[in-house]
Amino acid sequence: MPVPIIEVKALRYRYPDGTLALDGVDFHLDPGETVALLGANGSGKTTFAFHLNGLLSGEGSVIVAGHALTGISAANLSVVRSRVGLVFQDADEQLFLPTVLEDVAFGPANLGDSQEVAREKAIAVLQQVGLSAVLDKAPYHLSAGEKRRAALAGVLAMEPEVLVLDEPTTSLDPPGQRDLVKLLRELPQAKILVTHDVEFAAALATRAVFFEHGKVAGEGSVPDIVQRFCWNRF
Amino acid sequence: MGTAEARLKAALFTNANPSPLRRIDARTKLAALLIFLIPLSTTVSWRAYLLYALCLFAAAIFARLPLPKLLLRAAAVLPFSAALTLFVWWSRGAAAALPLLAKSYLSTLAVAIVMAATPLPEMARALEWAKVPSILVLVLQFLYRYLWVTAVQTQAMTLAARSRAGKTSSPRAQFRAAAGSLGVLFARSSERAEGIYQAMLARGFNGRFPALALQRFQLRDAAFLLLAGITPLAIRFCT
Repeated sequence: MPVPIIEVKALRYRYPDGTLALDGVDFHLDPGETVALLGANGSGKTTFAFHLNGLLSGEGSVIVAGHALTGISAANLSVVRSRVGLVFQDADEQLFLPTVLEDVAFGPANLGDSQEVAREKAIAVLQQVGLSAVLDKAPYHLSAGEKRRAALAGVLAMEPEVLVLDEPTTSLDPPGQRDLVKLLRELPQAKILVTHDVEFAAALATRAVFFEHGKVAGEGSVPDIVQRFCWNRF
Repeated sequence: MGTAEARLKAALFTNANPSPLRRIDARTKLAALLIFLIPLSTTVSWRAYLLYALCLFAAAIFARLPLPKLLLRAAAVLPFSAALTLFVWWSRGAAAALPLLAKSYLSTLAVAIVMAATPLPEMARALEWAKVPSILVLVLQFLYRYLWVTAVQTQAMTLAARSRAGKTSSPRAQFRAAAGSLGVLFARSSERAEGIYQAMLARGFNGRFPALALQRFQLRDAAFLLLAGITPLAIRFCT
């Protein structure tokens, strides 16, 4: 049995306004596995995803690649952030530097790579996601699909072992969604897809976890979960 | 791209054509600016002020920047320097006061030209190179980034408001709506800014913007620095 790359036990998180967002979540992710997190808006999926990268810290245990996130040092947090790449729902939030190349090189440069190495990694990743023609463009001039791929490139450049994608199909047209599925299938990393898009989840995920009121309400294959929780669109 | 974004781009001259001055190393422009400001601040001659102004006009043309806009922008300093000028006029007379006005206007014009002809990331790197405290450079970069955030939010809200605009509302009602939406704009911008910050943290941000390679100092930069250094000094000591 493989050692999970992410193991979460009894995770509880309450927002400063008192809202209980996560209430005893147990979860694991094996290397190379793709898991879809499904559930209603406000069920705790994104809050959960933020814990995996150390952006939020609740009660309970979160272990990422052998590092326990509770009371983690700044140095180890940096290691965790390099292992778990978080792609935000709104690509505009992730792309903030003046050019696509600089933005993609931001992560590796933060992790201590030299300017040259960060640049080389950024160029290689932009080529991988099919954006080598827009290196010097301003991110806000890209199309929605290109922004999504640039945001993904920004995370891939950090060479993570796990990709956490929050609503990756938002604002993508069907060809854009197809391209994204194709690209994600080619990536060897373990993936967590936070999504409402059942077709997208079914195309990529081998397992689905259903969130309800901050708890894991069910787990199984995507079709099983969709049927159990009446999660199909029409 | 929407109106607010386009306006901001025009205001920051980010649409400006690549010009010879834009291609000059940002550190060179920063050094030239400092060299210009020192003789200017110690000059008391109206003929010299005219020559300094002609140098700045030439620089604006060299940078392919719209001179009238720059002149207008530099005038933003006048209300502040006018207050100081009045104070000095009252205590030491017009001869001591009026040069202050001229010097503050020309200094602001020089800064406006250099800033308009230098992309902000390059200027930030030049400031870091010049050992300006990194917190100031960081604040400058955040300010720049959040200007865009606010512009995008303004644009989205303007469109939403226009799509539901009626013709019957009174000016008072329109004013109240505008005042209310200003608060929402800042709340939304702040929320967006928080999101951006989290995205930065998620990619290992540690309080410093990493820079890709600085520009290389070239022969053209040396020539520019020589010219930009000698001219104000010559004006200072020969007039």
